[in-house]
Parts: sequence; C-alpha cells; structure tokens
Amino acid sequence: MYFESWADFWAMGKHGLYVWSCYGIAVVVMIYNIWAPLAQQKRFKQRYLRQLRREAQQQ
Amino acid sequence: MNWTWFHKLGSPKWFYEISSRWLPWLVILTILLLVTGVVWGLAFAPAERFQGNSYRIIFIHVPAAFLAQATYVLMAITGGVGLIWRMKMAELVASCCAPIGASFTLLALLTGAIWGKPTWGAWWVWDARLTSMLILLFLYLGFMALQASIDNMKTAARASAVLALVGLVNIPIIKYSVDWWFTLHQTASIKLTEKPAMPAEMYYPLFICLAGFYCFFTVVLLLRLRTEILHREHKTGWVKALMSNKR
Repeated sequence: MYFESWADFWAMGKHGLYVWSCYGIAVVVMIYNIWAPLAQQKRFKQRYLRQLRREAQQQ
Repeated sequence: MNWTWFHKLGSPKWFYEISSRWLPWLVILTILLLVTGVVWGLAFAPAERFQGNSYRIIFIHVPAAFLAQATYVLMAITGGVGLIWRMKMAELVASCCAPIGASFTLLALLTGAIWGKPTWGAWWVWDARLTSMLILLFLYLGFMALQASIDNMKTAARASAVLALVGLVNIPIIKYSVDWWFTLHQTASIKLTEKPAMPAEMYYPLFICLAGFYCFFTVVLLLRLRTEILHREHKTGWVKALMSNKR
C-alpha cells in the first residue's frame, strides 16, 4: 500500500473530503442506474400478473 | 456478407433470451474490474507530485467523462439506425442510453467540480471543456424531455433521434475544446496514438477503471433494455409465457 496507515489512507493528505465525496457520488450514481430499471421491471411484472389474474377470472 | 446477426439483433425476443445468458458474466466481470481498479487507484498508486492525493479522483472522473461521450455517440447512431431502417431495437437502445448517459455526464461534472476546488481554487469556471460538457448534459435532458412529451412512440423516437444527431456536433467540440481554446482544463493525458502522459502505476488502474465503467454501462443498458422490451412486447405470446412461468 502507498499509505503508511489506515488513518493516512482516509485522510488522503489534506484532500480526504474531496476524494471521498467523489467516490461517494459515484456509488450513488451507480446504485441509481441499477435500481431504476429493476424497480421499473418489478412494477411492470406486478401489473402484468394482476392483469393476467383478472383475465383468468373473467373467463 | 452474412447479415443474419443483424436481423437477430433486431428481434426483441432473441435479444431478451441471449442477454439473460450474458448478464451474470458481465456482472462478475464488472465487479472484478471496478474493485481491482478502484483499490489499486486509491490505495496503491503513488501520489501525484503537484496535486498530491486529490488526483485520485481521476479514476472516477475520466471514465465517467469517456462514458458520457461514448453513450451519446451510441445514442445518436442507434437513433439514426432507427430513423433510417425503422428498427425497433435500435430505437429502444437510443431511448435507454439517455438516462444512463445523463447520469454519467452529471457524475463527470460533479467530480470535476470537486477536483477543481483544490486544484484550480474554483468549483466551476466557464471554460470550453466544462461548458461543452454542460451542453452535453442539456442535450441528454432535452432528448428525454422530447421523448416524454410525445405520446406516439414512433414519432417520439423519430423526433428525438433527429435531436441526438444534430447534437452529435458537440462531441468533437468537447474532445478538441482543450486544444482549440485556452482552458484551465488540462489536455488529454491518454491518447490512442501516444504513450500516456503519466507513469504506468497510474495509468494501469485508470485503464482498468475505464474497462470497468464500460462493462458497468453494458450491464445497466441491458437491464433497461430488458425492462423496455417486456413493456413494449407485453401483448406477444412469448412475454405471456415467460411471465406465467415466473409465478
């Protein structure tokens, strides 16, 4: 490892806040990109299955 | 030349099935690349002589900015293919690209601002590179707003494809902005034709992060495409069979 200790690693010289906030925002953006389509797919499936059940009842 | 692959690619059912097989491998590859690249870049790469440790933002900033532009090119090309050949899958790819591209443009802008503060002493300057990236974000938002405002899907796809193609002019402007104008933003550190302007201990993790971001993009694009395919094909027999099996 380049840093001497974990405390050194978190501090990133004097730039800890800058570096870690960037990586934090990156994590948020990535999670959003995974969550958005999965949530949409789940909603679609629920709606679709409800419709299938309704059609089955009517017959 | 054999064009069957092209026609297969145009079939939503075929695409849905093949992407089910690709996804797990792509997810594993993405995780491996991103973890390796980020750990290497954050903990093992040496500090930069002038910027100290703040330069470690590069491992997020540069891949995000690359991806933001590559996604736009893909969006414009697939939009154009949809416009010319009326290919449904191409239109779908274009519309799925927009929110992903917008989010990575925003990420590039935000990480750039945070990097700018300790390096230039300012969060934002109206220089050519930053301004053209902001325009890229507005192009993405305009594309999405245009699609959302037209109810007819075919008309929406056509109108937004034209917007995407016109906006393509911004991509070379972003790329050459640092050469054409005097900017605070540094010129390209990595080029296809030259050796990178940084030591290997820095550019190896950067390349791994780049590959990781591109794999991540493929994964989330597939996720969005699969959702859209189900949505648009919901009246077909194969979607019905698929959904009934999952109960």
